[in-house]
Amino acid sequence: MPKMNLSHFEAAVLFALFTSVVLGIITKKTDRERVRYAAYCFGCFIAAIFGLSWLMFLGHG
Amino acid sequence: MAETTIDQTPSVGKWLPAVALAWIIPGGGHFLLKRPGRGGLIAASVAAMFLLGLMMRGALFQPQGGDLLTTVIYYGGFIGDLMSGLLYFVTVWLGYAQPDVAGHVHDYGTKFLVAAGLLNVLAMVDAFEIASGKKD
Repeated sequence: MPKMNLSHFEAAVLFALFTSVVLGIITKKTDRERVRYAAYCFGCFIAAIFGLSWLMFLGHG
Repeated sequence: MAETTIDQTPSVGKWLPAVALAWIIPGGGHFLLKRPGRGGLIAASVAAMFLLGLMMRGALFQPQGGDLLTTVIYYGGFIGDLMSGLLYFVTVWLGYAQPDVAGHVHDYGTKFLVAAGLLNVLAMVDAFEIASGKKD
């Protein structure tokens, strides 16, 4: 099996993507709601990634 | 006034096959319950996450006792890995044994392997709710 080297950002985005898809599928009742909720979760993940990254960068000094 | 109580506990025979199949084959419970679209997306997501974890050379947890934190992490991680079902069993059967080494890629890989199992647990709960008629 090939070895994969991902950056923190790439790994976190992939994690966010697959988690959002499953969360969307299992929580909502209609397909439209599922797509919207998955997109919302993905957006929240990305916002958290950028927010926490900046926080750590600024906090590091 | 007489009150009637309705037993809403679904019979085991109704949900067990779907939940068991959902564990062994991620998304399989949804296929059994004739939800192929959702089943396919769950299967793709869980399998992709597990395979990415393997490609990042993540470590599989083994049950290990000790202090409380060690026990929770290692037993919890082992259960999380185990929840990926066939993906986990085939991986172990093929002899995958990556030691836990330092590095962010390995670390992400370990988390991806556990998270794949945890996503499958969510899918199993969803399959249970569909099979027991609590959800469409």
